[in-house]
Amino acid sequence: MKESKKVVTTEGTTQFSAELIAKMEEAKNCFPEGKEKSAILKILHLAQAEFGWLSVHSMDQIAEILRVEPIEVYEVATFYTMFHLEPVGKYVFEVCRTGPCMLVGSDQLIEYIGHKLNIGIGETTKDGLFTLKTAECLGGCGYGPLLQCRHRFHEHLTPEKIDSLIEQYQRGEIKPGAL
Amino acid sequence: MTNRKLLLEHLDVPGIQGIDAYVKHGGYASLKKALQKMSPDEVVEEVKKSGLRGRGGAGFPTGLKWSFLAKPEGIPRYLVCNADESEPGTFKDRYLMEKIPHLLVEGMILSSYALGAKTSYIYIRGEFMYVLEILQNAINEAYAKGYLGKNIFGSGFDHDLVITPGGGAYICGEETALLESLEGKRGNPRIKPPFPAVKGLWASPTVVNNVESIAAVVPIVRDGGDAYASIGIGKSTGTKLVSACGNLERPGVYEIELGLSVEEFIYGDNYCRGIAKGKKLKACVPGGSSVPILPHHLVTKTAAGEQRLMTYESLADGGFQSGSMLGSGGFIVFDEDQCIVRNTWNFTRFYAHESCGQCSPCREGTGWMEKVLHRLETGKGHLRDIDLLADINKKIEGNTICPLGDAAAWPVAAAIRHFRDEFEWHVTHPEEAQIRNYGLIQQPLVA
Ligand SMILES: Cc1cc2nc3c(=O)[nH]c(=O)nc-3n(C[C@H](O)[C@H](O)[C@H](O)COP(=O)(O)O)c2cc1C
Ligand code: SF4
Ligand code: FES
Repeated sequence: MKESKKVVTTEGTTQFSAELIAKMEEAKNCFPEGKEKSAILKILHLAQAEFGWLSVHSMDQIAEILRVEPIEVYEVATFYTMFHLEPVGKYVFEVCRTGPCMLVGSDQLIEYIGHKLNIGIGETTKDGLFTLKTAECLGGCGYGPLLQCRHRFHEHLTPEKIDSLIEQYQRGEIKPGAL
Repeated sequence: MTNRKLLLEHLDVPGIQGIDAYVKHGGYASLKKALQKMSPDEVVEEVKKSGLRGRGGAGFPTGLKWSFLAKPEGIPRYLVCNADESEPGTFKDRYLMEKIPHLLVEGMILSSYALGAKTSYIYIRGEFMYVLEILQNAINEAYAKGYLGKNIFGSGFDHDLVITPGGGAYICGEETALLESLEGKRGNPRIKPPFPAVKGLWASPTVVNNVESIAAVVPIVRDGGDAYASIGIGKSTGTKLVSACGNLERPGVYEIELGLSVEEFIYGDNYCRGIAKGKKLKACVPGGSSVPILPHHLVTKTAAGEQRLMTYESLADGGFQSGSMLGSGGFIVFDEDQCIVRNTWNFTRFYAHESCGQCSPCREGTGWMEKVLHRLETGKGHLRDIDLLADINKKIEGNTICPLGDAAAWPVAAAIRHFRDEFEWHVTHPEEAQIRNYGLIQQPLVA
């Protein structure tokens, strides 16, 4: 697996803090005894919010916390599109590209963002700040075109709004929406 | 037509997100009424009488579904709320949960009482993490007031409500995939039977209901099932949240009385106010991306020339030949400049992307259709590709574990049925098809 090489380089940087582990244990407590595995998605989100992505090292620690085999964490993490399995920029712009958003201009918007940041879809800017991704319907179809970044929705987007959004993120003015 | 609101009635009340304002406007009165004056079966009876049909897409009668729940002794039963809302065009549940979170919380406790569930779960799509926080606050408030926890309203009924996020997978809206996901696994749909009512969450009897269905139980218990059933037409009773999007003057979420005319909904001042920028209506997908598309002449009128109404029956009038479905209430409108081929390709790409991959007709078929549609859309297709699509379609439909396969197949069949000329144009005008949509010159934002 090509992932394994990266683990070596990121080892140590994805070590869970006691505080993070406590939050994960709390998530487990929401479910009956013996069914703690149900907390896995919440726990993956917690780890990703902390490190920006999910390393194999993170997933291995989660396996320990949930007392399951590592493969049980990998197979879940790889199924769900919200989880980044490779390092990404500090801010990941996930722009909806599905029908209703396309009707109001998402194709052109995606192109504009790529042009503005000088990256393609799936790429990260050289300064490590922004990654551009596309997403399927984000459940905000009446407010498109839109994007999501760190659990925050930015809706009714135009090129002008993108310009100012990028500046605000660069200045660190926009805090995560949740977690 | 009157414009009664049962769910969004108090939308504009300041602070209605919080429990105090909610209670002040009649909140938790239904719960109190049920717990103190009604037996669980009486609640189920009212829901049956109301004629409420599942608001998640399939429209199955909620009371009937509840009565199928197996009730063996000594095994817990569960209510699971489907807040995965991921059918393209649908954004009504998010609106309801964000604006009036306690309506869902009250509905959950109330429905759990009816079903005899001591624990219930809300599974909400991971992208709605901020909504999860709003709901978690509401749940915490309900615990603090004693509406959740032990011995609610002194009735002896105990209940715990847990909310948990998904991870971004459309398929987890399908109820058995949702249950798999809730158990901490990949979201692969299960083969039915057994149905969740017999073997659901952790193999216990489980009811899965949509957010809006559960919220509707609150006014049903408050006013009685008969009062609810008096709204609407025939078997389409009560009110429905419709999320309108696409090229509309005023897209958004509207609570309508079932039976409103489609014309009034699209053009009326209280609703969408017509097509954006004064353009003409080209087509409409009235119930989320999985339902058949209707060309403009079949949107406001049926093939028989009758007024098309916002009801399960009227939208389906004409079957798949000339009708569609109310579905989830994701109402997508296309103006005259939109390319049907491009949109069909886009939707198919969505299904190909979201197929869980378990059954080959769906996994391979959606990918294949996407390729063929992309070829057509970019002017590289052949006329025989159109029939090829129809052929792939037939091979998917009805041959898969879950309905995602059908959901992917139907829109393509409908698009070809009503807009064949447009598909052919893409073949006969290959150069133009590469630089412009059917009828629309793409305006790039980047020069
Ligand atoms: C592919 C697929 C996706 C679905 N997505 C949703 C969804 O996002 N939300 C929802 O409530 N129901 C969804 N459903 C329907 C559910 O399987 C289920 O019928 C519904 O939650 C039942 O609730 P109801 O009877 O209250 O409508 C989906 C079904 C399929 C096949
Ligand atoms: S029809 Fe598609 S989504 Fe449904 S189980 Fe089969 S492969 Fe998975
Ligand atoms: S299509 Fe973009 S949010 Fe639904």
